[in-house]
Amino acid sequence: MSASVQSLVSQPYKYGFTTNIEADVIPRGLSEDVVRMISAKKNEPEFMLEFRLRAYRKWLTMAEPVWPNVKYPPIDYQNIVYYSAPKTQPKKLGSLDEVDPTLLDTFEKLGIPLSEQKRLANVAVDAIFDSVSVATTFKEKLAESGVIFCSISEALQEHPDLVEKYLGTVIPIGDNYFAALNSAVFSDGSFVYIPKDTQCPMDLSTYFRINNGDSGQFERTLIVAEAGSSVTYLEGCTAPMYDSNQLHAAIVELVAMDDASINYSTVQNWFAGDENGKGGIYNFVTKRGLCAGKNSKISWTQVETGSAITWKYPSCVLVGDNSVGEFYSVALTNNYQQADTGTKMVHVGKNTRSTIISKGISAAKSKNSYRGLVKIGPKAEGARNYSQCDSMLIGDTSSANTFPYIQVQNSTAQVEHEASTSKIGEDQLFYFAQRGISPEDAVSMIISGFCRDVFNKLPMEFAAEADKLLALKLENTVG
Amino acid sequence: MINENSDIILSVRDLRANVDGTEILKGLNLEVRAGEIHAIMGLNGSGKSTFSKVLAGHPDYEVTAGEIHFKGQDLLELDPHDRATAGIFLAFQYPLEIPGVSNRDFLRVAFNAHRKARGEDEIDVFDFDDLIEEKLNVVRMDASFLDRSVNEGFSGGEKKRNEILQMALLEPALAILDETDSGLDIDALKTVAGGVNQLSTPGNAVVLITHYQRMLDYIVPDYVHVMADGRIITTGGKDLAKELESRGYEWVLKEFRTGVTA
Repeated sequence: MSASVQSLVSQPYKYGFTTNIEADVIPRGLSEDVVRMISAKKNEPEFMLEFRLRAYRKWLTMAEPVWPNVKYPPIDYQNIVYYSAPKTQPKKLGSLDEVDPTLLDTFEKLGIPLSEQKRLANVAVDAIFDSVSVATTFKEKLAESGVIFCSISEALQEHPDLVEKYLGTVIPIGDNYFAALNSAVFSDGSFVYIPKDTQCPMDLSTYFRINNGDSGQFERTLIVAEAGSSVTYLEGCTAPMYDSNQLHAAIVELVAMDDASINYSTVQNWFAGDENGKGGIYNFVTKRGLCAGKNSKISWTQVETGSAITWKYPSCVLVGDNSVGEFYSVALTNNYQQADTGTKMVHVGKNTRSTIISKGISAAKSKNSYRGLVKIGPKAEGARNYSQCDSMLIGDTSSANTFPYIQVQNSTAQVEHEASTSKIGEDQLFYFAQRGISPEDAVSMIISGFCRDVFNKLPMEFAAEADKLLALKLENTVG
Repeated sequence: MINENSDIILSVRDLRANVDGTEILKGLNLEVRAGEIHAIMGLNGSGKSTFSKVLAGHPDYEVTAGEIHFKGQDLLELDPHDRATAGIFLAFQYPLEIPGVSNRDFLRVAFNAHRKARGEDEIDVFDFDDLIEEKLNVVRMDASFLDRSVNEGFSGGEKKRNEILQMALLEPALAILDETDSGLDIDALKTVAGGVNQLSTPGNAVVLITHYQRMLDYIVPDYVHVMADGRIITTGGKDLAKELESRGYEWVLKEFRTGVTA
C-alpha cells in the first residue's frame, strides 16, 4: 500500500494538554504501607482496608498475564505513583462552587461542562481527575427518585453497607493480576444504585481524566440495578500527552436483579502514544456484569480509539434464567497501538441469550485482536449465542486477529460464530474518487458503514461523537 | 454523431504510461469531440483498460510522457476526485462493493461533491430522493436498490446497471465504459445500452471499451479504434467492428506491422 493510505491515520490528539495544579501526591511505589495510606487518606471503614490488604497480598502471589497478543517492556510497579489528588479539593464536596476553577476549566476544555448553567442537559456527570472525583452533577435531582449517584469514596462514607454487600462480588479480588492490583489501590470511581422498579430519570456518565504524568489511574465503578429498574451509563476518557506510559487498571462491576437492565457505553480516547509509538496509556481493564436475576439484561457498547495498549474484555455472567448479555464493540488502532479486546459470555441459567458484535479496524503498524469466550454451562438449557467478528485493515502493515473460544456443555444450546476480514485498499478509494468523493470522505464513509451495527447501539449523544472521533483519528491516512 | 465543429472534449497526445515499471501505453493518440461515440477494441493486454484507468487517474498507473487535455484543461494535473467532478466518468469493469454504505447515501454524497465543485449548494435528502427516483427509470431499477449497500450482493448485471445509474445521475461530459458488456445477458445488455443511448447528447461524449461487436449492435459508434501494444493502430467507422467480428484481429495487426516496417 502506498504511503497515501497510511497518512490518513495521523491526527493530532487534541486532549493532550496538562493542567497545572498543585497535587497531594504520595511517594512512588507499592507496599502494604502505601495501601494503608490510601485507605487512611480516604478515611475508609475497616472492611475496606481489609479488602485492600487481602487483594494486595493476593497480588503479590500473582504474575502478569502473558497470553494477550501485545508486547510492552516490563512495568516497574515500584515506579508508579498510586495516589494523586488536587490539593485544593475540599475533602467533601458541598456544592460545585467549591470546586477549584482550574479543574472546572479543564473539564470545560474537554467538552464536559460541570458548572450549573452549562451542564449537559440530560446527563448527570461524575468527573474524575487523577485519583479523585471532583464533581458529580444532578445529585439532588437523582436523589428524588431514590437513585444514588456519587463517587465511590463518598459511597463508602454514606452508604458503606451497599458497597460492602456488592463490591468484589462480580470481580473477586484475585480474578486476575490487574484486578488484584486495582482492588488493593483503587482511588476513586463512580457508584450507582438504582432502587426497585425505578427507571433512572436521566443518563449517567463518568468522565475520567489522567493528569499526573507519573500516576496510575485505578478507578473502580460499581453499578447495582435492583429488580425492575433500568439505567443507561456512559463513560469517557482522555489523558495528556506524555512520552512515558501511564498505567490505567480499572474495574467496573455491574449487578442486575430480576427484570433489571443496564446499558453501559464507553468511548475510550486515552492518549495513544505518538506516531512513533512513544508514550500513551496502558489500558488494562476488567469489566464484568452479573445478570443475577431472571429476565435481566446487561449490554456493553464500547468504542475504543485510544491507549497504547488495550487489554479489556467487558463480560456478562448470565445466571438468571432468560437473562440477556450483549457486547457491541468498535476498536480502532493506529500507528503502534495494540489492542487485545473482546468479551466473555458465560451462560449459567436457562434460556439465556447473548450477542457479540465486534468490529476491529487497524491502520499503520498497529495490532488489533479480538478475543472472546462463549461458555455454555451444563444447566444452561436452551441457551443461545450469536457472535460476529469483523476486521478491517487499512494499508498493509497492520494486523488483525480473531481468537474465539467456545465451550459448550449443554447439548440444547445454539452457538453461532461468523467472522470476516476486509481491507480498505487503493481500489476502493479509487472507486469513491471516481465518483468525485475525496479520500477523507471516502474513508470516513467506509468506516462508518463498517461500524454501523455498533453505532446504532450507542446513545444518541455518543453515536455522533463516535462517528466524528473515528473520522478524526483516521484523518490523513489517505491523501 | 459526428460534427466537425463541435468542441473537443478529450485530446490525448503521445501518451505513455507504466504500471509497476512496465510500459503499457506506448504513444497513444486520440481526439474525442462532443456528441461522438467512440469504441476502442483490441485483444487482451493491448492496453484498453489501462487507458481508461489512466484517464481517471488511478494511482497505480504512472504517466511517463505525453499530454491529456480535457475540455481544454490539463487533466494530468488533477487528482482523481477532481477529474470526476470535472466531468470524467468511468463505468468500472468490476464495480466495488462497499458494505454498510447505502446506495442512496453513496449516490447523494457523490452528487453533492459534483455540485460543490460547480459552486452550487448541496441538495437536501428530500430533493435528492425525487431526483434519484426519476433516474432509476433510465436503468429500470427498483427503488429498493437504493437501500441496499453499494453493490453488495448485487448480481453482475445489477452492478453494471448501478454504474449506469451513477452515470445518469452525474451527467458526465465524458463517459468511459470499461467492458460494461462483459458478463451481461441479452436483456441486461439491452437495458444498459438503452440507458447509455438515452444519456448520450450532442454536448457529451462516450468511449466504449469492449472486446466484442455485440454491444455495438445497440450503441452505434461513430468511430471504432483498434488498440494493440499500447497504441491505437487503426481507426474506422462502425463497419470496422463488424469486420473484426468476422475476420478476427490478426489481419489488422498484420497490416499494422507491415505498415510499420515498410
